[in-house]
Amino acid sequence: MKAYINGIGLISPQKTTEPGAFLSEVIEHIADYLKCIDPNYKAFIDPMAARRMSRLIKMGITSAKLCLSDAGIAMPDAIITGTGLGSVEDTEKILNSLSKGEQLLNPTPFIQSTYNTISSQIAINLKCHNYNSTYVHRTFSFESGLLDAIMLLNENSADHVLVGGIDEMTVNHLNIIRRLGHFKMTASSNFDLLKYESPGAIAGEGSGYFLLSSGKNERTYAGISGIGSFYKPDGAEEIKKRVISFLSTLNLGIEDIDIFLTGLNGDREFATIYYQFSENLFHNKPLAYFKHLCGEYHTASSFALWVAANCIRNQVYPDILKVNTKIPDQVRNILIYNQYNGVNHSLILVSA
Amino acid sequence: MPRRVFITGFGIISSIGFDHKETLASLLAEKSGIGEITLLETIHKGKFPIAEVKMSTNELLEATKNPGRKDLTRTALLGMIAAKEAVDSAGIVNMTAYRTGLISANTVGGMDRSELFYQSFLHDNRKGKLMDVVNHDCGDSTERIASHIGIKHFVTTISTACSSSANAIMFGSELIKNGKFDRILAGGTDAVTKFTLNGFNTLMILDKQSCRPFDDNRAGLTLGEGAAFIVLESEEAVRKEGKLPLCELKGYGNANDAYHQTASSPDGTGAFLAMNKAVAMSGLQPDDIDYVNVHGTGTQNNDLSEGVALERIFNNKTPRFSSTKSFTGHTLGAAGAVEAVMSILAIRHGIIWPNLNFTTPMKELKIQPETKLIRNVEVRHVLSNSFGFGGNNSTLIFSKI
Repeated sequence: MKAYINGIGLISPQKTTEPGAFLSEVIEHIADYLKCIDPNYKAFIDPMAARRMSRLIKMGITSAKLCLSDAGIAMPDAIITGTGLGSVEDTEKILNSLSKGEQLLNPTPFIQSTYNTISSQIAINLKCHNYNSTYVHRTFSFESGLLDAIMLLNENSADHVLVGGIDEMTVNHLNIIRRLGHFKMTASSNFDLLKYESPGAIAGEGSGYFLLSSGKNERTYAGISGIGSFYKPDGAEEIKKRVISFLSTLNLGIEDIDIFLTGLNGDREFATIYYQFSENLFHNKPLAYFKHLCGEYHTASSFALWVAANCIRNQVYPDILKVNTKIPDQVRNILIYNQYNGVNHSLILVSA
Repeated sequence: MPRRVFITGFGIISSIGFDHKETLASLLAEKSGIGEITLLETIHKGKFPIAEVKMSTNELLEATKNPGRKDLTRTALLGMIAAKEAVDSAGIVNMTAYRTGLISANTVGGMDRSELFYQSFLHDNRKGKLMDVVNHDCGDSTERIASHIGIKHFVTTISTACSSSANAIMFGSELIKNGKFDRILAGGTDAVTKFTLNGFNTLMILDKQSCRPFDDNRAGLTLGEGAAFIVLESEEAVRKEGKLPLCELKGYGNANDAYHQTASSPDGTGAFLAMNKAVAMSGLQPDDIDYVNVHGTGTQNNDLSEGVALERIFNNKTPRFSSTKSFTGHTLGAAGAVEAVMSILAIRHGIIWPNLNFTTPMKELKIQPETKLIRNVEVRHVLSNSFGFGGNNSTLIFSKI
């Protein structure tokens, strides 16, 4: 069964909250990480309430509201959030206090450090008593949320589900991840992402909410036909098998994929996985990337979904996304493939 | 006809036992696991009781045959032990024979190690052992558990505060009903940490005595730690294997209180909606429920809100109910699964668990919890509540086959 994307709200390092042409202007970031362009949160959240909220919560509520208004829906039947790390800022505040000794803490950061705060703050804001959940599994977080949403629609438990992917970067967190070797050690330009031969990705952040509905309407961007995730595949052969079987369960073959949108992130080590994969399976296909626009984060596939949905609705394939020179005949099926550390692999099939 | 989902195995580790047999023995002996802090390094020793799993992290490493490993958190180790017991008790030998997934839940990931890391790191950002922070996120322990028991098809993690593992069980059931998987191992794990102890202390909702759920003089919750997992299987898988399931997961409901980030609404809206949805899905009438394993944390707020919702849903004919948190403490992300095991044990053995530490009925309620262990009763249907911060309320219904 297909779920239709009938609204999107995205806060990202690109100008995605402003109405206008899709990726007509792209921002270069020469920095330690790609930071989101903050909208005017006061326009979306009561200033009294906003004063106590950390940035991630404001990002979540605002992108959720942008999404609902884009969809023309006031009250969703379910609210689902995927977040790899929740509010890093609040968690760090508590750990900072504790590192000076156990003491009475400020309750607000403790409360907000709870991973489900974003989904529940959206619920409180909307007075929405419906289904509410939060997935917190690395790069499976957003995908698990999508899977949950599609099953709710499938069973007629819901007609409209609000589902998002959200993560933030902080200076401390970046320092830690750099020491782990996951991110580049120096400031880089996002425009050079494909040129890097160094280890580590370019870091980023974002908050993207989607209104998924069982029915199509005049606002529909595209549909989601399938979600797949697999954990610790044995190697390139198994990845290939998994993808073929994912497509075959949707009655599709490789030839049906118009654009292969990958999570290439500037990390030399993992670029091989993507290139090998596209060589093996999609060698004559348009190969695309998106993390030069948003950076790497656990829920970056939500940015990819925004990209794919807009390509399909507008029937375009902007140059900024292209890794090779192949041009699709039509933009009907976009396969998003993302992976994390060679362990967590996920697939989202977005269709016209 | 909607697909049915059966429970074929379970595993548990908590302050009242290292496996389900010890857990049952403690319940029958009415022996609580709440006591003085002996393992957690904290200035609150002697001030607040907690319900610790009385095994050091090194002993847990030995118990899981991982002596000397530096990368496993206490949360992961507790989960590994409970998950392994669940898999064994379901008689699963070949993990790849069926499409199998793992859905775990927790509230603070590898915080037991992150708090060590940050202590050094925040003084000098080149310091801090990386082995203490690679496991910070909530997904880490889930993947360690998956590796320990050999699950490869699907893994994910849920965190909805104190209802986390109830939602893991619900999502697992949905995946089976939708035909995506044949078997799901669902549950949760949480180790007690300084982060949570000090956090709850800041909210001033920790009782200096053992928690007293539904007592008029209750003064807060008691933190606990532990892990529990249950094996969910499709009707087809159960039939093919010729298994006799332990019970059926007959209904569930998830609703949001949408009232306040930490306080539950005085009229128990979210609690009522979650129970109402679960009862509706089960096709039962409220009268059919024989026992309610309440969330019953012992905080002023929860027990009042939940009590009001119970009176409403059962229309003043509330069945026997008790909070087993008086035995295990509040195991947070593991609580939904820990109490799922308590519910299954109640059905299997025909016993209603007592609510310990109760003396005075609440002024606002007509109902009061069961304080005595009752044997030899027919327990056909158990309703189990798990409510969390953020108004995340979930209810599960387990039924005798």
